[in-house]
Amino acid sequence: MININEVIETNAMIEKENLDVRTITLGISLLDCISDDLNTLCNNIYNKITTVAKDLVKTGKEIEREYAIPIVNKRISVTPIALIGASACKSIDDYVTIAKTLDRAAKEVGVNFLGGFSALPAKGMTKSEELLIKSIPQALKETEHICSSVNLGSTKTGINMDAVALMGKIIKECAYLTRDNDSIGCAKLVVFCNAPDDNPFMAGAFHGVTETDNVVNVGVSGPGVIKYALEEVKNSDFETLCEKIKKTAFKITRLGQLVAQEASKRLNIPFGIVDLSLAPTPAIGDSIAEILEAMGLEKVGAPGTTAALALLNDSVKKGGIMASSYVGGLSGAFIPVSEDQGMINAVKAGSLTLEKLEAMTCVCSVGLDMIAIPGDTSESTISGIIADEMAIGMINQKTTAVRIIPVYGKKVGDEAVFGGLLGFAPIMKVNSFSCEDFIKRGGRIPAPVHSFKN
Amino acid sequence: MFFDYFSAFAKRMGKCLIVIGVLIMKKSIITVVGKDCVGIIAKICTYLADNDVNILDISQTIVDGYFNMMMIADTNGSKKEFLTLSSELEELGEKIGCIVKLQREDIFNRMQRI
Repeated sequence: MININEVIETNAMIEKENLDVRTITLGISLLDCISDDLNTLCNNIYNKITTVAKDLVKTGKEIEREYAIPIVNKRISVTPIALIGASACKSIDDYVTIAKTLDRAAKEVGVNFLGGFSALPAKGMTKSEELLIKSIPQALKETEHICSSVNLGSTKTGINMDAVALMGKIIKECAYLTRDNDSIGCAKLVVFCNAPDDNPFMAGAFHGVTETDNVVNVGVSGPGVIKYALEEVKNSDFETLCEKIKKTAFKITRLGQLVAQEASKRLNIPFGIVDLSLAPTPAIGDSIAEILEAMGLEKVGAPGTTAALALLNDSVKKGGIMASSYVGGLSGAFIPVSEDQGMINAVKAGSLTLEKLEAMTCVCSVGLDMIAIPGDTSESTISGIIADEMAIGMINQKTTAVRIIPVYGKKVGDEAVFGGLLGFAPIMKVNSFSCEDFIKRGGRIPAPVHSFKN
Repeated sequence: MFFDYFSAFAKRMGKCLIVIGVLIMKKSIITVVGKDCVGIIAKICTYLADNDVNILDISQTIVDGYFNMMMIADTNGSKKEFLTLSSELEELGEKIGCIVKLQREDIFNRMQRI
């Protein structure tokens, strides 16, 4: 039987250490909505989403109250729209119309984000994918709840450098069109290498074609809980440190598994996966950077940071995988700059640079996340940063991503404010040497060899 | 003879039903945290009795100078919905200067047991 100390410990995690379930994301397949008439397609999409997801927010709130555990976000992911709109969309405006339809559906069911305004040109780009990508800046400007993602490469296919070059241009355009709000459009746009089909986290969530009709995926959180746990083992060796993280990750993940199964049962929609990612928020004490600092670093970015992050990520996975029957999505530690107060402090103190962040992404998902850079950064430099990150993912057979914001009109030393969970970010310095000739070559980088791994 | 067999069978079935009942009964945890004062337990227990909530176990401790009480309860007999009981207990807690929470037991079992 449960004893009082166990109850006190669990409730302290929730009340004092910011333990929460970050998101219940309902994946909805839109493949059966396809039509060659744009109006019919939009009606089908709107009707399907508002029917399947009508009880999502209500159910989330009920679970929240019955277990007294905050479920921060209730969201939806849909089949990549480049596939759904391929036969009906003949122009950029047609795709913007679909984005507005998705936005209306998201508003109607009360979710805060809907992901899947996406294209997957990992090897080659279809005409439809190109149109969707070109429509992204306008679509993100005219909608409130839509998130967009583009998969630019994979370990199996290599990197589509034409698409990488195009995305540099699109990100700049997106920053310009949303310039009145510190280029916030770019915070809802992410590019991937090896994008997973079942990711519940935004901005990169989409419902892959390998999935069933509808599915419930859950993303847990809990950097604060790990940080408090590490304070108990301050001067112990690495074995004790890893054990502590594993045990804590186990508890966090079990909570995610419980919420996922409960949501699945009540919505009568199959349970997909639990995503183990530690996701920080701008709240004090809910930071990945503070976990790394609790391990013994003066500031994140100091030598030893990559090793500390590797240890953290691996231990979280070991504990989490034992706790849940189905683990998936991104399942790593997120290191977004603007959403993590510790990261913001480290950038301001001059300890954390873009180059160090890139090195850190070699050992954790998801990549260069929520990084604000000067508004005058060139398209080709942005494409270069993307290509570097895609190469790390391709060679290491892992998911990597870039969500970078060239904040219009701002320079190093300024600050961009996005608000809410997206937080705020100091503008970071970017290497000013050019990579233009490299990016404009065109074509694709071939898939790597799968042996001789050094 | 037949009666003896029947009565033994009925007794066994009765035990089985009790065991099954305990296994399928969804228990709830009530926690009360606050400064210690006269009548906290009495007021909570009166509310639970009035609403047909059966208390299965009570334990208490002091953490950082605060009174912590935990009750394991069975809310299945209550005519009120779980969420209504939860809100009313919260309100009662505010009146007596404590934080009172009603939670399903599953969350603790899942997080604290392999």
